[in-house]
Amino acid sequence: MFSGGLNNFRRGIGAGRILGALAIAGLMAGTATRALAADDTIKVGVLHSLSGTMAISETTLKDVMLMLIDEQNKKGGLLGKKLEPVVVDPASDWPLFAEKARQLISQDKVAAVFGCWTSSSRKSVLPVFEELDSILFYPVQYEGEESSRNVFYTGAAPNQQAIPAVDYLMNEEGVKRWVLEGTDYVYPRTTNKILQAYLQSKGVKPEDIIVNYTPFGFSDWQTEVSKIKSFGASGAKTAVVSTINGDANVPFYKELANQGVKAEDTPVVAFSVGEEELAGLDTGPLVGHLAAWNYFESVDTPENKAFIDEWHKFIKNDKRTTNDPMEAAYIGFNMWVKAVEKAGTTNQDAVIDAMVGVTVPNLTGGYATMMPNHHLTKPVLIGEIQDNGQFDVVWQTKGEVVGDAWSDYLPDSKNLISDWRKPMSCGNFNVATGKCGGKGS
Amino acid sequence: MTPITRIVLLLGLVLVLGGRLFSPAQAATDLAPLVAALGQGGYDQTEQAVNAITATGDSRAAPVIQALGDGDLYARKSDKSVVIARRKGSDLALTDPITGADLGTAKSSELEKVRVNNKLRRVVRSAIGTLTLMSPDRNTRLSAANAVFQARDADALEILDTAIAKETDAQVRDAMENARAAAILNSQHPEAEKIEAVQRIAALGNDDALKVLNAVQSSAQGDLRTAAAKAIAGIQRDLAFWNAGQNVLYGLSLGSVLLLAAIGLAITFGVMGVINMAHGEMVMLGAYTTYVVQEAIRTSAPGLFDYSLAIALPLAFIVAGAIGLVIERTIIRWLYGRPLETLLATWGLSLILQQAVRSIFGPNNRQVGAPAWMSGAFDVDHLTITYSRLWILVFALAVFVLLNVLLRATSFGLQMRAVTQNRRMAASMGIRTPWVDAFTFALGSGVAGIAGVALSQIDNVSPNLGQSYIIDSFMVVVFGGVGNLWGTLVGALSLGVLNKFLEPYAGAVLAKILVLVLIILFIQKRPRGLFALKGRAVEQ
Repeated sequence: MFSGGLNNFRRGIGAGRILGALAIAGLMAGTATRALAADDTIKVGVLHSLSGTMAISETTLKDVMLMLIDEQNKKGGLLGKKLEPVVVDPASDWPLFAEKARQLISQDKVAAVFGCWTSSSRKSVLPVFEELDSILFYPVQYEGEESSRNVFYTGAAPNQQAIPAVDYLMNEEGVKRWVLEGTDYVYPRTTNKILQAYLQSKGVKPEDIIVNYTPFGFSDWQTEVSKIKSFGASGAKTAVVSTINGDANVPFYKELANQGVKAEDTPVVAFSVGEEELAGLDTGPLVGHLAAWNYFESVDTPENKAFIDEWHKFIKNDKRTTNDPMEAAYIGFNMWVKAVEKAGTTNQDAVIDAMVGVTVPNLTGGYATMMPNHHLTKPVLIGEIQDNGQFDVVWQTKGEVVGDAWSDYLPDSKNLISDWRKPMSCGNFNVATGKCGGKGS
Repeated sequence: MTPITRIVLLLGLVLVLGGRLFSPAQAATDLAPLVAALGQGGYDQTEQAVNAITATGDSRAAPVIQALGDGDLYARKSDKSVVIARRKGSDLALTDPITGADLGTAKSSELEKVRVNNKLRRVVRSAIGTLTLMSPDRNTRLSAANAVFQARDADALEILDTAIAKETDAQVRDAMENARAAAILNSQHPEAEKIEAVQRIAALGNDDALKVLNAVQSSAQGDLRTAAAKAIAGIQRDLAFWNAGQNVLYGLSLGSVLLLAAIGLAITFGVMGVINMAHGEMVMLGAYTTYVVQEAIRTSAPGLFDYSLAIALPLAFIVAGAIGLVIERTIIRWLYGRPLETLLATWGLSLILQQAVRSIFGPNNRQVGAPAWMSGAFDVDHLTITYSRLWILVFALAVFVLLNVLLRATSFGLQMRAVTQNRRMAASMGIRTPWVDAFTFALGSGVAGIAGVALSQIDNVSPNLGQSYIIDSFMVVVFGGVGNLWGTLVGALSLGVLNKFLEPYAGAVLAKILVLVLIILFIQKRPRGLFALKGRAVEQ
C-alpha cells in the first residue's frame, strides 16, 4: 500500500489541485446567500463579517438585522412591499468590504446597507457609497472626524462615550492620573488624541497621562499591567481608559485579575467591552470595572424587555446577550423605515433628505433623533461589571447628548461643523473661514 | 433583711441577669435600624449607613457588610426590610442579616438588590477591616489589617492600638503596625511620630508603600517631606533592580508560552520539514477540547472541576493527534517535498478548521474557567508571580523533557530520527516510513493540542486562537534551528526575555517589530539558526 514517499509525490499532483480548490472553497465558505430577485420586494443589504477575526462581533449584528427585517415583514412590510435581506460575507477583509458593498449596490440594487464594524472597513466602503450614491447605516461607536452624506452613524461619537466616561471618573472617583491603553489602529489613536487634549484642557499635567498601544490580538499583558500598577503607586488616584479592541480584551482582564488590580483602587473604563465580550470571561474578579455605552442589557425599560424577549425567541437561545451596537442597529433600522415611509419611496436621495429629524424611541426609555450631521442623540450610561456578566448602571447623563462629528478638542477639527440639510449640505464646513471643505483652521 | 432591701436586691438581680440575658437582643435591636438603613436609597445613603454600622464596632455586623460588598444584600420590595439572599435553584434563599435566621425563599422579582459602586466598595472594604481586626481567625485578622492599611483611616487608630496590644501572631502584628503607621500619616499626630511611620513604611519597599509615601510627600512640609522623599528615592532604586528581575520572569513566562506553541511545530516543521500553517488550529482544537470537558464537568460532576485540566490533557492530545493523523494520511503525504503547495493546502485547511469550529461552537469566545490552584498570584520578595504563568512554565518544561525522552529513548523516537535523517536507508532497514511519517505528524499535532489546554488559561478560546500563535511559532523554530528541540527551547525563552526587555522601553508594537528585525539579521549571519544540525541530513 504505502510504498514510500517519492512515488507518492508524483501521484499527489492531482490531489494537490483538488486541495487548492478546497482551500479556495474554504475562503468562499459562508459567502453570498443571495436570494432570487423579485419585483415586489425592497432589498436591504447586510454587510457584516461572518468569518475571520471580526465574526465574533459582527455575526450577532447580522442576526439582529435579519430579526428586525423579519419583524417588519410580519407587520406588513414597507410601502406595501416585503423586505428582503441580502446577506454577504466580507470575511473581516477590509478591501473585500468595498467589493461586497459595490456588489450589493450595483448588482443587487439594495435600497440601503446596514453594516461594517471596524473603522477600517467603514473607511474602505465610504468611497463606494459616495460614488454609487447609496445609504450606509453604521451601528458602532467610533472615533468621529468624519461625516458623509451617504452614511448615518447610529453608534456613539467620542463626545457620547469617551468624554462623559472621563468626566465621570474625574468627578465621581476623583481620578488624577490616566493610563490610556489601546489597540494600535485608527479608533484608539484618534480617541486617545481627543482624550489627551480634553484632559489637558481640564488641567491634567502631561506627565500624569501615559498612552500605550499594543497590537491586535495581543495576549501577553504582564508588562503592561505591571506598568499600570506602578504608575498607580504614585499616591494619586489612577484610572485606565481602555480602547483595547476585540480578542485582546480577555487576556487583558485575566491578567488584571491575576495581578490583583482591583476596581476599587484602579478602575478600568472600557469603550469596546460589552456584554458579548464578557460572555467569554469569569467576571468575579472584575466586578466594579467600568464600561461606557449608550445602552446596557440590564436597563430596565419595557422597550428593552420586549427587544430582549424578541431576540431570545429569534435566536432560539435565551442565554444570548444583547449589547450597544445591537441597539444602534435597531435604532438605525427603525429610522430608515420611518424615513422611507416619510419619503414615500426608497429612492436614496429622497430618503437621505427625509432622514434628518426622524425620531424613534431607543431602548433605554428615551428618544433618538437623527441630527443634521448624520449622528444621533444618545444618553450616555456608565456601567460597572457585575459577577453575572452584566453591567449595573451607576451613572448616566441627564438627557440625550448630541453626537459631534468633529471633535472640539482637536486643533484640526475644532472649527468644523457638519450639516447635510440644504442649503449648506456640507460635511466639513469651516466656521472660521466660512467655506465648505478641507481640514485645518 | 428588710423587705425593701430584698426587693431592691431582687430587682438588682433581675436587672443584672436581664441585662446579661438580653444584651444580645438589645444590641440586635440597636443594629437592626442601622442595617435596615442600608436598603433605603442611593449610594450616599448606603455609605452613611455603612459608616454608622462601623461606628458601633459590633463584629456581628461584619457578615452584613461583607454581604453588601458581595452583592448578596437585598431589600424586600414588600416591606423594605433588608435580607441576605443567595441563589438556591431558580429562587433566592433568604436569611436574616443579623441573626442569620432562615427566612425562606423568594423570587428574584420580589427583591431589589442593594446596589454598590466602587466608592461604596472601598468603604465596605475598610469597614470590614475595622470590624474584623479582633476576629478569632488569624487569616481574617491579617486581611483586615491589610484592608485597614489600604484605607489609611485615622479613625481606625484607636481600634488598631487595642488590636496590636492583644495580637500574639508576629506576622499579623507586623501587618497591623504597618496599618497603624499608614493611619498615623493621615492623622494629626506629631511630626516625630510621622517620620517614624515613614521609616516603617519605607521598609516595606513595595508599590503600596510608594503609594502612601507619595501621598505624604505631596501634602507634607519640612522634615517629614524630606524623609518621605528620601524613602521614595530608596524604594525606587530598589524597585528598579527588582523590575529587571520581574522582566526576566515575564520573559520566561512569555517564552514558555512560545515554547508550548512552537514545540509541536518543532516536530512537524523542524523534524519532518512540513510547513504546517494549520498548526495553530491544532492548538485551538486543544483549547476547545478543554472547553467541552469543562462544560461536561459543570453539568454532570461539578466536584471534579479542579481536575478539569488534567482530564482535558490526554483528550486534547488524542483529539488533535487524531485530526493530525487524518490530515497527514489524506493531504500532507501527497505533498512531501513540495513546500509551496503544502503551505497553501495547510493554510486552506486552517481556514476550513476555523470556520468549522465557528459553525459548531459559534463565533463568540467560550469561557474556560481556571481551577482554584491556577488563579491568583504570590509574592517572592518584590516579585509578583501569578500561578497560571508559573504552572504554564512548569508544564512547558515538562512537555519539553517528555518529548526529548520520547525522541531519544524510545524505539519510535529512533525510527523517527532514522526516517528524517535518511528515508531510503531507514526503509531498507524495514522501517515502515509512511507510518512513521503519519505518527510523527500526529505527535506534533497532539503536542499542539495539549499546548491548547494550557493556552486556554491565558488567552481567548475563540476560533482565531491559533492564528495569533502561528507566526510566533515559526519564528521560534527558525530562530532556534530547524530539527532541534533544544534550539526551540533556547529560542523560545530568549525571544520571550528579549521581547519583555524591549517592551517597557519601546512599547509592545515596536518591541515586536524589533524582535522580528533582529531575527532576520540573525538568520543572515547564521542561516541554520541557533543550534544548527550538522552532518549529512543537512545537505538534503
